[in-house]
Amino acid sequence: MNSFPIVRIVSKILIPYIVLFGLYVQFHGDFGPGGGFQAGVILASALILYGLVFGLPAAKAVAPPWLVEKFIALGVLVYAGTGVATMLLGGNFLDYDVLEHHFLTEITVGGQTLHMLPSGQHLGIFLVEVGVGITVTAVMLMIFYCFAGRETASE
Amino acid sequence: MIYIDIIILTLLAVTAVTVARIRDLWAAVMFTGIYSFLGASWMLLLDAPDVAFTEAAVGAGISTVLLLVTLALTSKTEKTSTSVPFVPLLVVIGTGAALIYGTLDMPHFGDPSAPVHTHPNPGFVERSQPDMHGLPNVVTAVLASYRGYDTLGETAVIFTAGIGVLLILRREKKSANTDDSTTEGTA
Repeated sequence: MNSFPIVRIVSKILIPYIVLFGLYVQFHGDFGPGGGFQAGVILASALILYGLVFGLPAAKAVAPPWLVEKFIALGVLVYAGTGVATMLLGGNFLDYDVLEHHFLTEITVGGQTLHMLPSGQHLGIFLVEVGVGITVTAVMLMIFYCFAGRETASE
Repeated sequence: MIYIDIIILTLLAVTAVTVARIRDLWAAVMFTGIYSFLGASWMLLLDAPDVAFTEAAVGAGISTVLLLVTLALTSKTEKTSTSVPFVPLLVVIGTGAALIYGTLDMPHFGDPSAPVHTHPNPGFVERSQPDMHGLPNVVTAVLASYRGYDTLGETAVIFTAGIGVLLILRREKKSANTDDSTTEGTA
C-alpha cells in the first residue's frame, strides 16, 4: 500500500477519529445509542484499517498478538467478575444494586451538581459493557490477524 | 421520507441480485459491503441506531475485510458452472415460499398490539427510569442489566468463536513453521 499516498494520508487522518468515536460509543452507550459490542467492532475496525494500509507487522506492533489473546479472555473475566463481585457483596449474580456507593458520586461546583463516579446500576452496566468491548475488540482483531497471517504463511 | 425508503429498498434489491449474478469475486465482495451499508442506512431509518452501528461496522467493515483477505488466498473469479442448477433452484424456491408463508402469521409492521409490544412487560420503558436511577438508554438497560445473563452468554459466544478461529488457524501455522509462531509471539 506504499504506492497509494491518498489512502495512507486519509487513513492517518481518519484513524484517530475512528478510535475516538469507538470510545465515545463505548462510554456514552448508557446515554445514547451504542454499547460494548458496537464500540468493540469500531475500535477493531480502526486497527484493521491500520493493518490494511500500513501492513500487518505495523498493526502487530501496535496491538501485539500475545496481548490481544489475553484480552479475549480478559473481557469475559471482567463481565463474569462483575457478577461474582455482586455475589460477594451479598446480592445475586449480576445484581448491580449492591454496587451502590456514595464515594464521589456527585460534587457540587458553583451551585451545579455534577455526576462523577458511576454508582449502582450505572457502575454495573459500565463494567459489563467494558468487558464486552474488550472481548469484541480482541476477537475481531485476532480473527483478522489469523486470516491475514495465512497469506504470508502460504507464500 | 417515503422516497428514501423506496430508494434504499430498491438499491438493496438491486445490490442483492448483483451479488448473486456477478462473476468477479472482488466486485461481489465490494457489493456485499455496499449491501451492508445500505442495510445500516435502512436500520437508521427504522430508528434502530444500535443495529445500524453494528451492521455498518461488522457488515460493511470487518466482514468485507475478512472476505477480501480470504480472496487473496483463493482465485479472483468464480468458476462458471455448465449444468443448470435445478435442484438448488427448487430448494431455494421451496425455502423462500415457506418463509413467506411463515410471515403471513406475523402481526403487521408497527402494530401496537403485537406480542413484542405487549407481552414481556410493557412497563419496561417506564420501569427502567427509577430502576436505573435515570439511565436514559432503555436498550442498554435491558441488554446489560435486565438481561445481563443473556449478554454474558453472548460475550461467551464471541469468546468461543474467537478461540475456535485461533485453534483452527494457529495450529496449522505452528506445524508448518514452528519458529515463525514463537518469533511472532514476542514481536
